[in-house]
Amino acid sequence: MTFLLLFFEFFKTGLFAIGGGLATLPFLYEIADKYPWFRAEIIPDMIAISESTPGPIGVNMSTYAGYNAGFEIAGVLGGILGAATATIGLITPSVIVILIVAQFLKRFRDSKIVKDVFYTLRPAVTGLIACACFTTMNGSLFFTDALKSFSGAADLLQIFNLPAILLFAVILTGILKLKKVHPIVFILVAALVGIVLKF
Amino acid sequence: MFMDKKASLLDLFLTFARIGGFTFGGGYAMLPMLQKEVVEEKKWTTEEELLDYYAVGQCTPGIIAVNVATFIGQKTRGVIGGIIATLGVVAPSFVIILAIASVINRFSEITIVAHALAGIRVAVAALIVSAIIKLWKKGIKDLLGIIIFAAVVLLSLLLNVSPIIIVVVAMLFGIVYGRAAGKGEKK
Repeated sequence: MTFLLLFFEFFKTGLFAIGGGLATLPFLYEIADKYPWFRAEIIPDMIAISESTPGPIGVNMSTYAGYNAGFEIAGVLGGILGAATATIGLITPSVIVILIVAQFLKRFRDSKIVKDVFYTLRPAVTGLIACACFTTMNGSLFFTDALKSFSGAADLLQIFNLPAILLFAVILTGILKLKKVHPIVFILVAALVGIVLKF
Repeated sequence: MFMDKKASLLDLFLTFARIGGFTFGGGYAMLPMLQKEVVEEKKWTTEEELLDYYAVGQCTPGIIAVNVATFIGQKTRGVIGGIIATLGVVAPSFVIILAIASVINRFSEITIVAHALAGIRVAVAALIVSAIIKLWKKGIKDLLGIIIFAAVVLLSLLLNVSPIIIVVVAMLFGIVYGRAAGKGEKK
């Protein structure tokens, strides 16, 4: 049953995550919410792993989630089976769609309806990724949980993690200005800062 | 089977596994390697077709790397070729993540690793923000785009609307809006 669910959930992700790796993020947060396969906190770690190892984030996350889910049932072997199930679930929709689209490639590329769809879909996907980004930041850059016990300006420091926000600003500037530097470099720098400042 | 000079299935699998195993940072990082291996050396496809595949791969569901692999595989060896090339391109990351998945849970409890991961999360947030800036520049060109963006943020963050619903509604709205705007199409 778990294996069927794994296949189905990642099939859905593969079908509706349009526009590259990060488009899978909102779906991954939803899966983390609904199932015990992985915790939401692991998603940023997996993004970092995906940036530092070959392979797309979607494939990496489905492999990881499938391994965890299968491991609960039948140990390492179940883990491997689960990983394969989830990953195949993720790539099945795109393989089917591409095999169909390949039959009329030029017409698809120039079609007005495709242009129309993307005119409104692009801002929507950008919005979805922005929300996933907010979730990623919550708990490391700021803590919305602390808002509940908010009583005055002194509590602001409980809500905002100032050293982390400073590091964020420096790294974001670095990424935007130094376009040739590989993301791994920024990830390593942040890891070092995290160790030195005991984040 | 062996008479086919275009591509053996094993060659397809291994070529795409090599490409998948050496590209860090997603689909676009793959393009130079595809140009060299698949266009220049193996001649499985042409430069123009490869760019077409990329353009279409962005507009169809799924990961761009997988989409391009399916296109090239199916062009050389039909449906089976498409499936084999796709399995090839995901195989390396599958194996690497399996190895990481089996150790990461124990690994992340070590204090120094926990500090490093906390730092890394900040860098990841910055990487996503830079990606959002790029997406914004590419995809949001007028007031309607900004309104859709804001509406999605509100629906998703405050009302917890499922991303599937948002994606489907945005697509349908695009079709309806495109029809309505009809003759006045700016492009």
